[in-house]
Amino acid sequence: MKIVKLLSIVLISFVLCAGIAVPMVPQPHGFFQFPIIPGLENKARNIFFHVPLAWTAVLAFLVALWHGFRYLRTQDIMHDHQSVASAGLGLMFCLLATITGSIWAKFNWGSFWNWDPRETSIFILLLIYGAYFALRSALASEEIRARLSAVYSMIAGVTAPFFVFVMPRLFAGLHPGARGDEAGSTPVAQLHMTGPMRIVFFSGLLGFSLLFFWLLNLRVRVARLEEQHSINLQP
Amino acid sequence: MIVQTFAIASKDLRSELRTRYAVNALLMFVVTSVATILFALREDRVSTDVLSGMYWVVVFFSGTAGLSRIFVGEEERGTALTLRLIASSSAVYFGKLLFNCLQTILLVLAATVLYLIAFPEFVIRSAALFAATVFLGSLGFAAAATIIAAIVAKAQAKGTLYTVLSFPILAPLLLTVIQTTAMALDGAEFSAALGQFQILFGYICAVVGLSFILFDYIWKD
Repeated sequence: MKIVKLLSIVLISFVLCAGIAVPMVPQPHGFFQFPIIPGLENKARNIFFHVPLAWTAVLAFLVALWHGFRYLRTQDIMHDHQSVASAGLGLMFCLLATITGSIWAKFNWGSFWNWDPRETSIFILLLIYGAYFALRSALASEEIRARLSAVYSMIAGVTAPFFVFVMPRLFAGLHPGARGDEAGSTPVAQLHMTGPMRIVFFSGLLGFSLLFFWLLNLRVRVARLEEQHSINLQP
Repeated sequence: MIVQTFAIASKDLRSELRTRYAVNALLMFVVTSVATILFALREDRVSTDVLSGMYWVVVFFSGTAGLSRIFVGEEERGTALTLRLIASSSAVYFGKLLFNCLQTILLVLAATVLYLIAFPEFVIRSAALFAATVFLGSLGFAAAATIIAAIVAKAQAKGTLYTVLSFPILAPLLLTVIQTTAMALDGAEFSAALGQFQILFGYICAVVGLSFILFDYIWKD
């Protein structure tokens, strides 16, 4: 975990510095220049932050889903702790992705929110996280809470892909990668990145993912300690 | 299992016909919400996009009144335990799903008739497209409502929780049917909406399939 922690700090610091400081020029030469992407210009720097955050929000949801599935198979309460910790972090990353995307949309499309298919899909992801916690707070018994929230996350897990993979391609949108984008409509937006840009981008993906796993580990350890503590308190 | 499924659906139908609680609640909900929309609109002319959106808003919120009750009723009457003993859980699931499908289709029919009367702009220009949309939409709606209702029956604050839980699940369905209904009102060709029908069909299969697998975990204590 120490390596994960250090690596995530190093990578995110690198992405912060490189993503903001490296100049964007029409004909990039060498390592310390990024190309200008037509239609995005300097706003393209958001790729290094917004995309990894959105990716981590989805990753957190999948981890929550996986541990929900494992809980149903094994009835081990530790999997529920993993699941809820992951969902809480996912909610945070999802909010950050929404905010960064919204600020970017203000400068690129002219308004903070305009119900582009991608914006709709991240809004639904937020609602799923909200509903997950609303459900958990409405269930008193620990075992039923763990079981039903696992079931709910799995149902949400099969309906959410309709948003992420089907809708943006069926309905025309403004987001890179939607139908009507001349670069082609694909699940992952095809951004014309050069080698150095890719390095920063994938460092961002890896850095934020590692940050997520580190935070997840911390939260699970806290949950485990709390559980041991409450057992010790009982006579 | 098929016999049990139909037995449970007909049991629900018979107990519903005795009290008519759900049917009355559904129909009154449709009437009151359409009346509210009419109060707000007065003499305004509305576009087909707005109308199809309003149509599904009415259906969605009426669903909260009726469809969410299907398992809560069993818990409140204390008959859930008996049902667990005498029938297999998949039979319970499919029986409840069947009954919810019937309820949704009734609800959608009522909403359609009322919209045709209340809004002069609500003209179904391509009947086949409208019928197919409404039918597939009802099935998908009932499928999601059944499994959410089963979860909600175990929780406190049942009434509000259903809306919160069902909206993110139903959102892909709602977006698709709102779009297709607007197309039907505008008189589009049936073949123009094939992509949307594929989504609806995939959605129904995914939700019913997964619900069938997971229902055991909700139903058995």
